[in-house]
Amino acid sequence: MSKKREDYEKSFWYKISSFVNDGKSFATKEIKEEKHIVEEDKSINIVPMSPWDTEEIERTGLYDSYKHWSFEGILKRAQKFYGVFSVLVCVLIIGILLFSISKLPRFGNAQNPVNNEVSRRYIEKGIEETGAVNIVTGMILDYRAFDTLGESHVLFTACIVVFILLRLDTKDQKTLEEAEADDRNFEPKNDTILQKVTRLLVPPVFIFGIYVILNGHLSPGGGFSGGAIIGAGLILYLNAFGFKKTGKFFTLRLHKIISIIALGFYSLSKSYSFFTGANHLESFIPKGTPGNILSSGLILPLNIAVGMVVACTMYGFYVMFRKGGYK
Amino acid sequence: MDFVQNLPFFGIVAALFFGVLCSVVHRRAAEILTYLLLGFEVVASILVLLFVIRTGTSFTYMMGHFPAPWGNEIRAGIFECFTAFFFSATMLLALVGGRKHIYHEVESTKVNLYYTMACLLLSSILALIYTNDLFTAYVFVEINTLSAAGLIMTKRSGKAIAAATKYMVMSLLGSALFLMGICTTYDITGHLLMSNIKEAMAALHASGQYAVPISVIIGLMSIGLAIKSALYPFHTWLPDAHGSASVSTSAILSALVSEVYMFLLIKIFYRVIGWDVVQDNKIMNVLYLFGIIAMLMGSIHALRESDIKQMIAYSSIAQFGYIFMGIGLGTAFGMQAAAFHLFAHASGKALVFIAQAGLADANGGDRRIVALKGTAHKNPIAGITFTVGAFSMVGIPFFAGFISKYNFATAALYSPNKIVITLVTLAISTVLNAIYFLRVVLRIYSPIEDKKPVIRSGFAFGLAVTVMAIGNIALGVFGSNVMEYIISGLKMFG
Repeated sequence: MSKKREDYEKSFWYKISSFVNDGKSFATKEIKEEKHIVEEDKSINIVPMSPWDTEEIERTGLYDSYKHWSFEGILKRAQKFYGVFSVLVCVLIIGILLFSISKLPRFGNAQNPVNNEVSRRYIEKGIEETGAVNIVTGMILDYRAFDTLGESHVLFTACIVVFILLRLDTKDQKTLEEAEADDRNFEPKNDTILQKVTRLLVPPVFIFGIYVILNGHLSPGGGFSGGAIIGAGLILYLNAFGFKKTGKFFTLRLHKIISIIALGFYSLSKSYSFFTGANHLESFIPKGTPGNILSSGLILPLNIAVGMVVACTMYGFYVMFRKGGYK
Repeated sequence: MDFVQNLPFFGIVAALFFGVLCSVVHRRAAEILTYLLLGFEVVASILVLLFVIRTGTSFTYMMGHFPAPWGNEIRAGIFECFTAFFFSATMLLALVGGRKHIYHEVESTKVNLYYTMACLLLSSILALIYTNDLFTAYVFVEINTLSAAGLIMTKRSGKAIAAATKYMVMSLLGSALFLMGICTTYDITGHLLMSNIKEAMAALHASGQYAVPISVIIGLMSIGLAIKSALYPFHTWLPDAHGSASVSTSAILSALVSEVYMFLLIKIFYRVIGWDVVQDNKIMNVLYLFGIIAMLMGSIHALRESDIKQMIAYSSIAQFGYIFMGIGLGTAFGMQAAAFHLFAHASGKALVFIAQAGLADANGGDRRIVALKGTAHKNPIAGITFTVGAFSMVGIPFFAGFISKYNFATAALYSPNKIVITLVTLAISTVLNAIYFLRVVLRIYSPIEDKKPVIRSGFAFGLAVTVMAIGNIALGVFGSNVMEYIISGLKMFG
């Protein structure tokens, strides 16, 4: 005797099966949540019409069979085969990749091609040439600074893409109220335990983040990791005290100012160093004594710039996904 | 060292900096900054091109105080400079031509972000063109992916956001495969600089070491870049992205974003893996097969579309098939034909996309092909230029498309095993192209009674499409001269 479950639609297996079979249950959900879209696309309402619209072709019926033929339709009918086939392809690719990995040089062998003159110079002359005790920082911010210039702009680009997608610039009172209500419903408010712990935690987190950034050229760390720590501290603070407190100091304006100062400084100072390097000119930036806090030329200020960009990006992501604004 | 040699580097960093600047200024200022930047890039790449032609050799430029295998390096030859010039000019014209649409379709507070994305996209395109280092290429591939997705989703509609998500998923898959290829390359050669990898690869190939990883590297890089440039079985992101994005975005995506990855693939074949190693590998035949399928399937899909923008998008897939078919021929002639087709397609496709917007505007924004009846009478300049672009796509003499089809046909004669399939597919594809493009041309010129409402799309639109049409015809008339430069540019690669 089979038992019929009342809450079958909530069960795990139903969700998985619907996810596998076109995800119908998810699709209905998505349509409901599509509130914030400002304009409706005109092209959605287009009724498919034949591009020829001559009656003769339509009468012969040849056109119909041609028009309604669809590759996707065949695929849908052969969905079972399609699923099996895609799994097989994945397994095949995994097999090929694993096989090729087995043919690669053994990891950690001294004779490997990776241990060549390039890494040797980084290790042997890194401190002398860049002034940074932390060779990794010396590599990413001096030897290969162009890559890192691109990398910090990747973060900036990602941030702007999220802005385009999620920033609520509307003056419409209703949408703003909705966003505010959403935020109140789903996020913690005035949680005493959280607030007390945050009071204790946030200052050390900030100080540690600043320490990691400032010591990037001396010890493990640097702009990327330190910036991430500071960003996490900001997010924790926001979670405990809400937008009322953070909105006072961290606004969109501040974010813009920090981005432009940090990235502008990075681009301009590195341009100077690339320009002098390529044209074989003397650069006036002193290297300092390796090991001192004020040493290794441009690396320290660049670390600070990268750290600011990373912290802003993390915080920006968080507020955009949470509410779509800084206040 | 000449001052001119600094210009490629200035171009890349200026594009990054202007991108950041555009994000904080007002939209008008952002627009002007972007035009200034693009104007500068066009002039700079012409100057560098003239310099390289005069000296007759390519040059490398050290990024910083450390020479190449330790520091970064960029490199400029004839092919690179010409591509940079052509792509930045096309981007300028596409942005000018679709200017009105950007203002209408993007939220007014986010127009400056649109231009930010455009600047960052330009910087990544230039960096991918000039780079001499594989890892730098990957970093800028990331910027390229993100900013292209940003450009697609600036049009605030559910469809555009869905299309951008689809684009991101597919494109990141491509990036991941490409990155795996780079990692494996680094593991077996110990270098990231293109010239050094090529030396190491040639030595490994001669000694027969690491034969499997080398094949896997070629496969991963080809498939990764093929996904990103919408080769046929991986094309599913492209029609949605084009159909739902703003018109400038469509033109930029089709003419530049997809093509810069093909440029990168050609560069990798010549400068990273080495032409001899690639020729011994069978991956060429796979690319050739996919290219052939794309030529046919793209056209068949285009025939079935009733929306003009989607039709042009599917036509792009067919045209990308031509390029991959040329690469897959596995001869120097095929590569030259593919390289020329990069430019022929970019000039034709951007023109068709922008002109299409003018025609649709004449009809109240209705993009169905049926509804376009007689629109060329209402908006004559859009009609004429669309016809020029369509003729180029079909391959009618005196237009750029003809030269590239002629090149492909001649190139096919030099690879005896593929001669019949190539020529037959070329013929079929050309006929299909003609059917779906000429039907639109006939439709927009069908006589209508009410010719009165002349839509003025604005001076900027007219200027942009006219310049693009003249450029396309110039490319068609002086095709053989351009070909000479491409051949010498590809020689500088090797």
